[in-house]
Amino acid sequence: MKRALWTLAVLLSHWRRHPMQLATLLIGLISATALWSGVQALNQQARTSYDRAAAMFGGTRTAMLVARSGASFPQQLFVDLRRAGWPVSPVLEGRIQIEGRSFRLLGIEPVTLPAEVGDAPMIGKASLQSFMTPPGEMLVAPETLADLKLAEGARPQANGGASLPPLRVQPNLVPGVLVVDIGVVQSILKMPDQLSRLLIGKTAGRRTSLESVAGDKLRLIEPNAETDLERLTDSFHLNLTAFGLLSFFVGLFIVNSAIGLAFEQRLPTLRTLRACGVSARMMNVVLMIELVSLALAAGLIGLVCGYFIAGALLPDVAASLRGLYGAQIPGQLTLKPQWWIAGIAISILGALAAAAASLTKALRLPLLATAQPFAWQQAQRRWLTYQSALALAAFAAAGCFLWFGDSLITGFAVLAALMLGAALILPMLLEIVLSLGQRYARAPLGIWFWADSRQQLSGLSLALMALLLALAVNVGVSTMVESFSRTFLVWLDGRLAADVYVNAANDEQAHEIRAWLRERPEVEAVLPGGRADTQLAGAPLEVLGLPDHATYRDNWPLLQSADNPWIKLRPGDAALVSEQLARRLHLSVGDRIEVPASGGNWTLNVVGIYADYGNPKGQIAVNFAALTRRFPEIPLTRMGLRVAPGKIPALISALQEKFALDDRNVADQATMKAESTRIFNRTFAVTAALNAFTLGVAGVALLTSLLTLANSRLPQLAPLWAIGVTRRRLAAIELLKTMSVALITTIFALPLGLLVAWCLLAIVNVKAFGWRLPFHVFPLQLLWLTGVAMAAAFAASALPVIRLARMQPASLIRIFANER
Amino acid sequence: MNGSGPITRRGFVGGAFLAGLGGSAFAQGFAGLSESADGFAAVVPDRTFAFPADHGPHPQFRIEWWYVTANLTDARGAAYGAQWTLFRQAIAAGGAQEGWANQQIWMGHAAVTRDDTHRFSQTFARGGVGQAGVEAAPFHAWIDAWEMRALDPMNDDNIAPCALKASGTDFSYTLRLDAERPLTLQGDGGYSRKSLREQASYYYSQPHYAAAGILTIDDKPIDVTGMAWLDREWSSQPLAADQSGWDWLSLHFNSGDKLMLYRMRQTDGQHYGSGKWIAPDNTVEMLGSGDIVMTPLTVTPIAGRKIPTSWRIAVAKMALAIECRPLNPKSWMGTSFPYWEGPIRFEGSHTGVGYLEMTGY
Repeated sequence: MKRALWTLAVLLSHWRRHPMQLATLLIGLISATALWSGVQALNQQARTSYDRAAAMFGGTRTAMLVARSGASFPQQLFVDLRRAGWPVSPVLEGRIQIEGRSFRLLGIEPVTLPAEVGDAPMIGKASLQSFMTPPGEMLVAPETLADLKLAEGARPQANGGASLPPLRVQPNLVPGVLVVDIGVVQSILKMPDQLSRLLIGKTAGRRTSLESVAGDKLRLIEPNAETDLERLTDSFHLNLTAFGLLSFFVGLFIVNSAIGLAFEQRLPTLRTLRACGVSARMMNVVLMIELVSLALAAGLIGLVCGYFIAGALLPDVAASLRGLYGAQIPGQLTLKPQWWIAGIAISILGALAAAAASLTKALRLPLLATAQPFAWQQAQRRWLTYQSALALAAFAAAGCFLWFGDSLITGFAVLAALMLGAALILPMLLEIVLSLGQRYARAPLGIWFWADSRQQLSGLSLALMALLLALAVNVGVSTMVESFSRTFLVWLDGRLAADVYVNAANDEQAHEIRAWLRERPEVEAVLPGGRADTQLAGAPLEVLGLPDHATYRDNWPLLQSADNPWIKLRPGDAALVSEQLARRLHLSVGDRIEVPASGGNWTLNVVGIYADYGNPKGQIAVNFAALTRRFPEIPLTRMGLRVAPGKIPALISALQEKFALDDRNVADQATMKAESTRIFNRTFAVTAALNAFTLGVAGVALLTSLLTLANSRLPQLAPLWAIGVTRRRLAAIELLKTMSVALITTIFALPLGLLVAWCLLAIVNVKAFGWRLPFHVFPLQLLWLTGVAMAAAFAASALPVIRLARMQPASLIRIFANER
Repeated sequence: MNGSGPITRRGFVGGAFLAGLGGSAFAQGFAGLSESADGFAAVVPDRTFAFPADHGPHPQFRIEWWYVTANLTDARGAAYGAQWTLFRQAIAAGGAQEGWANQQIWMGHAAVTRDDTHRFSQTFARGGVGQAGVEAAPFHAWIDAWEMRALDPMNDDNIAPCALKASGTDFSYTLRLDAERPLTLQGDGGYSRKSLREQASYYYSQPHYAAAGILTIDDKPIDVTGMAWLDREWSSQPLAADQSGWDWLSLHFNSGDKLMLYRMRQTDGQHYGSGKWIAPDNTVEMLGSGDIVMTPLTVTPIAGRKIPTSWRIAVAKMALAIECRPLNPKSWMGTSFPYWEGPIRFEGSHTGVGYLEMTGY
């Protein structure tokens, strides 16, 4: 025991003498753990809130009955089903606005509500009476109460003027949801005796068949273990996880090189210790203890950093998820104990994996060390051939995934295989380039330069691979974001073609506003808008009504269409289909679809496909007049206005004043675009941040590799110095070598990055979101990234090069004399 | 002073669920029932009952119930019990409102008992929309698929004939109830005082039902016949604060006589008994506290409680000395507001069958 402690003390003394090495080792472990656990924290947070949403009052965890048409249905069906033995509980859902903000209003019936569906007032709970007795209660999440800036017990006013029940906090609710007694909701929404769905309790009993009670009016939806939100947001989380994993591996590269360096430097100590009688087994145990303690310490720090990273990224993640999928994520991180345990475990496992090579070497360390292998070239050739074969296999796998795969996972598998292959083939490519250089070099120093670069390859290759991956991902992601951004802006111009958008509080007000607008000379056109919600192929479908007007004919972003699609829309038997929906249902121009409408199914010819970026729901666009005929109950409160240039601000303030509309209900085109763009930019803020982190970690990996290499390469440089090459010259050559391999790597990373971008746009996005974006190359951006990579390489090589330039001649002599 | 045991035995259930208090604690149920009855109609003496109107609900009162228990036998003589209960409770004073604003909550309990099994089920509903309710004429009391419904030709004074049905996950029954004799007003002309203070209820019974129908246990139907007993009671504040529970019995003598009796267990140890003897010709004899001696014989452990499921009962005034045994000592109603209720048989000076309910253990 004592011997083990002494051995540990001797080994640890190394770090005291080399604090920089200790720092790089810890930085590697910390950054690996921090990024990985940060991303995990974000994912966990999001999943927890999806679960909350799903478990609540008729999320996907509960079996339920909905109207076949997707619309509301009469309450009598609830009574009839109960009387037939069905353990159902009614829910009415709608949206209301408070202070201009939109909330989901859920009407529940607490007496019949199945106990498993949510934390609501129930029989036997003290809260039941106050919930059901006038004025009732409006249950909200603590976050919603904070958003409303109101105290518990306050009675907010809905935008329509209705006074809502007093607020009460219910900690387990999802933010953005207001839960009120069903009778109160029916009157707030002006839907007397109407229901949205019936939740089915778990009590099994004898019940008559659904058809005999409700005819074909209702449809049974089985509970789904995976929530809608989980399915929708899968791609987003997969994306985050991929970044977390990448950063983790890049971090491990750092750990690997730091441990490799420490091991090289401690070889004499290890030999001496073995010679003093420390057994190989004890040596390994002690080395392991040392490593695990370091990993434990670094893991803890990494977890704290990860917590802060997650905390810093959370608002953007929450905004993205809200903007893209309508998912509500609370802004406060809550972490489970599993997260901490998993974080520490991943840090230790990572450290062990990164140190595996060194540890194996230590285990086999002969008592009397053999000379270092001079036949490096032969060894390296074998290693290169082996790696290249692996790379080819990875490329083949990528091809297979691309050819046979048809899912998001295979999309990511294509990416992963592609990057793995590229990383593995990198040393071979560098070897080819460097040997070409060597062949054409004439001066002896030149030949040595190329040959020595080749010899350095095995040591540097891991760091260069990290750089390659980080760069390629950066190129890929920034190309995708830029492509998206450009496409999105053009698309937004087409979609937001009216000059002013108005949303009236109700149909009467809309009628008054239209009458008032007709009197205004600067208003060139009032374009009514309307939207109905229904179901198609088991998923929600939006039916958009577009008036027959040049504004839409000229601007609407069609991807494909039949001849004269707008004329074909007029009779009301044709529709334009969103790209997502067309992909999901395999629709193309000329096909027919059946859409459930209020008066029965509505058969529509597909006459065009349009882009509908950012919409998680399927959408079709039909003639507005036809929409109001088939869905007479939809509110006609939305309108777009064409207004003479220069008269817009005056018209908006006049509208606001006359009809008491706030900023959310009347907005000009520029504001709408700015708002959409702002949401869009936030969507990619997380990606950009993780991108920067990864590149940073790759830079650190390069630095540590170079530091490791600089030390072990002194024996090769010392003879050159002895021959008469100055230290300054040697340093310049070293810098040039590093920069040139980094440049070659970067140049290789650019096409790889573009390939990654293409995969993201053409495979991953299509699978994840249902839309395909045009692929653009942005040369300036590539140039900028090349610059960043070279700067990173320069920064990383500066420290060892400066050390070399300033090295005492005496040290070089000692190395020359002692080592070889 | 005729007590009104049934009102308290059932009142705890109604009271507890309305006040929104936790299920198991009887003390909490009492607390709910002994609240002041502000805003609700008061129970006063000398009320004139009118049928069929009084078969229907009285929403200006806080609590009310329709309660049927049946002692049944199959063709081979094996005994069964069936229970059907509909409770109403107002969560706010002022009578029933339209639609969801109704402010009335309904609760149904149903059970069947055999010597080797006891099955029960419960359900809840909100008034005003049609999921549960009671109509006086033609008489119809229902919650979900359970109901008690008048059959032709309905005699409102006998509240017969009726059809009774209920079902749970593992049992169901449909019974036809016939009665040749009219219902009986309990207490003093239907005014049933429940303590020496002012708590009271309106209470009448139909103890003379002949029952016949089908019980189904585990999908096996059994033809049964026997006797049934209906209790109707409504009040606004039926319990005294110092009452901890009660033991209540309804007995069908082989002679055709009927007896309802109970003892209130009070926290001061002064158990308060009361009862009413109903002869076959419908003449009645009231029993006071001093007339009834109830002695527990065996104790059955159920659901972490000790419940006296066998009793010796003596009423010297009526020359009654009997021992009651449960058909199934495990007749535990493990509902949101649990209690023991099951069929019994008795021997001694008299023989017959009946129902026993015990709360507050």
